Amino acid sequence: MAKAAVDVPPKGGFSFDLCRRNEMLVKKGAELPKFRKTGTTIVGLVFKDGVILGADTRATEGPIVCDKNCEKIHYMAPNIYCCGAGTAADTEAVTDMVSSQLALHRYATGRESRVITALTLLKSHLFSYQGHVSAALVLGGVDVTGPHLHTIYPHGSTDTLPFATMGSGSLAAMAMFESRYKEGMTREEGIKLVCDAICSGIFNDLGSGSNVDVCVITKDGKDYLRNHQLPNPRTYVSTRGYSFTKGQTEVLSTKITPMKEKVEIIEGDAMEE
Amino acid sequence: MAPVEAATKQHANWSPYDNNGGTVVAIAGGNYCVVAADTRMSTGYSILTRDYSKICQLADKSIMASSGFQADVKALQKHLAAKHLIYQHQHNKQMSCPAMAQLLSNTLYYKRFFPYYAFNVLGGLDSEGKGCVFTYDAVGSYERVGYSAQGSGATLITPVLDNQLKTPSPLLLPAKDAITPLSETEAVDMVKDVFASAAERDIYTGDRVEIVVVNSEGIRREYVELRKD
Amino acid sequence: MDSLASDPVNQCTATSFEMDSQRTQYPYVTGTSVIGVKYEDGILMAADTGASYGSTLRYKSVERIKPVGKHSLLGASGEISDFQEILRYLDELILYDNMWDDGNSLGPKEVHSYLNRVMYNRRNKFNPLWNSLVLGGVKNGKKYLGMVSMIGVHFEDNHVATGFGNHLARPILRDEWREDMTFEEAVKLLEKCMLVLLYRDRSAINKLQIAKITEEGVTIMPPYALKTFWGFSAFENPTKGAEGSW
Repeated sequence: MAKAAVDVPPKGGFSFDLCRRNEMLVKKGAELPKFRKTGTTIVGLVFKDGVILGADTRATEGPIVCDKNCEKIHYMAPNIYCCGAGTAADTEAVTDMVSSQLALHRYATGRESRVITALTLLKSHLFSYQGHVSAALVLGGVDVTGPHLHTIYPHGSTDTLPFATMGSGSLAAMAMFESRYKEGMTREEGIKLVCDAICSGIFNDLGSGSNVDVCVITKDGKDYLRNHQLPNPRTYVSTRGYSFTKGQTEVLSTKITPMKEKVEIIEGDAMEE
Repeated sequence: MAPVEAATKQHANWSPYDNNGGTVVAIAGGNYCVVAADTRMSTGYSILTRDYSKICQLADKSIMASSGFQADVKALQKHLAAKHLIYQHQHNKQMSCPAMAQLLSNTLYYKRFFPYYAFNVLGGLDSEGKGCVFTYDAVGSYERVGYSAQGSGATLITPVLDNQLKTPSPLLLPAKDAITPLSETEAVDMVKDVFASAAERDIYTGDRVEIVVVNSEGIRREYVELRKD
Repeated sequence: MDSLASDPVNQCTATSFEMDSQRTQYPYVTGTSVIGVKYEDGILMAADTGASYGSTLRYKSVERIKPVGKHSLLGASGEISDFQEILRYLDELILYDNMWDDGNSLGPKEVHSYLNRVMYNRRNKFNPLWNSLVLGGVKNGKKYLGMVSMIGVHFEDNHVATGFGNHLARPILRDEWREDMTFEEAVKLLEKCMLVLLYRDRSAINKLQIAKITEEGVTIMPPYALKTFWGFSAFENPTKGAEGSW
């Protein structure tokens, strides 16, 4: 029986093979590659009929914007969505993993997923990696027990809140919530406040930018409002246009190899132009 | 141990430098010079102000635009202003742009071992009325060029300028003037476009671009809005 | 920088540069955010009166907004002792300016400029004054509001905030500030910002002071508390929402 353990295919999980080598390299002064971070504003709030999640759409690599219109509101279950901040790969992987577990759980039980299940799966995964999976999440959804909103920190601690913000723009967004949030808001009021909180992050935090994504979840279903607001159009376009003149690169030598004709070309083909 | 080193070790949680971001560009033409900079001042991920001018007129026909550490930039500007005032008293004329360029280089090198964290471009008209641009590093190495970009968005803008306004090789004989083939309006249009592009991708560039044009008629200033996110 | 050169403590630290210097390596007793806005008739500034010793709330009635001369108002966050040192420099500055007796007096722009140089000069000596300063004032009908950081970064704006205020208060100010706000409107706006800071900045306390400066002069109002709200039903039974989890 003891031998069987050897033949069992690996169960999955991370490979730690090069951790010690990398640690040694860092000690010697090598720099590890920068990951794509979503220096982000993500928010969520509970309103009268459910929860509303919001996110900006900027992804950065250091000081450079690498994606101007990314999606940060991830699908977890038909009635549960999750905003992610931190290392893009981690937020994506962790939400995908948990959403697949939730799907299997739904097949097994034949019932709608609960937000608390998603929360527990996420936090137990994050806690077991002691903060090395850098995902800061805002989890929201409506299930049989009502609307729920949680924040999850990379180390696995969680909060249950009426309104929540995360990411580098969390303070700018929280300023809006703290001064304007009320219990029992209508859908319109809720969307307006979420948009204003995200815009606050977009305009005051350099890690956040571009557009506003919103996801409204009620007991009747979800309404994913991708690019609900586009407050940052390009401000100037040259009237002149650009021409790229030939000869900018010096030609050192020229060699032409004619292609072999394998197909007979018929004159005056309809595909012309 | 060098004093700077000793001191930085003592205060692990205090740095005498900050990067307040921003991008500056200058383009020299046959009879004009365009100097431009965005007006955003930031620290870390926060914006300090959306309306801070990085452009400083040092003499009648020399304009300096600087990004980097704002306190050092301001100290540098005040130092040059004082030097220029003395120059005027001694020579009863304005300093020429190439002279100012040398002064700026000397001033930066003077602080070689506790540098001004300032990335400058100096633009203006030379004694023949031709546009001139000088570009610097933080410790005073400088060169006369036809155009230059410095600061946080320089890596995005420089390749575009290289493609559109390629400077003639300094090795060519007879030497060619380092001026661009564009007209003044074309150059200004180009500056607006490269700033709008830099603001799309560089988080430290945005809010507004201030454009200063120097030509035989004098100095003209204009502004174009940029992204504010 | 006469006041600095004549200061015996500073000269001694300047010579014994490397070893046994008495520089501020980290702050001891600190005050948190100060915010300032321009309004219709002048400048308004707000700060709480707390001073922390690390994370202990050590002093609860420290005034962090002070008048400077006839035309200026100075607010400080950061090391309280350094702020008091700055007030000494400014007292001397204003005194010497007064002794000219030429009917002229330093305005906010000049005081701001002086503070820039003091802060920048001290960072050059690797001996910073651990403060972020807000300087506001009115002179000859011109409103002035500026900020200086510990290392000499400085600027003017229509509204400013130090420390946490830059993250929490300025987003609100950027949304809601207007040039022609009345006194009442401006106070309301400041209170809104201070309440958010109270909720979200752990070193903020519910005892704040508002000061105003107009052409007529300085008024520093007595400290008072803001009305807070903790009644969200989600706060009443915090574990209710996590039922079913561990």
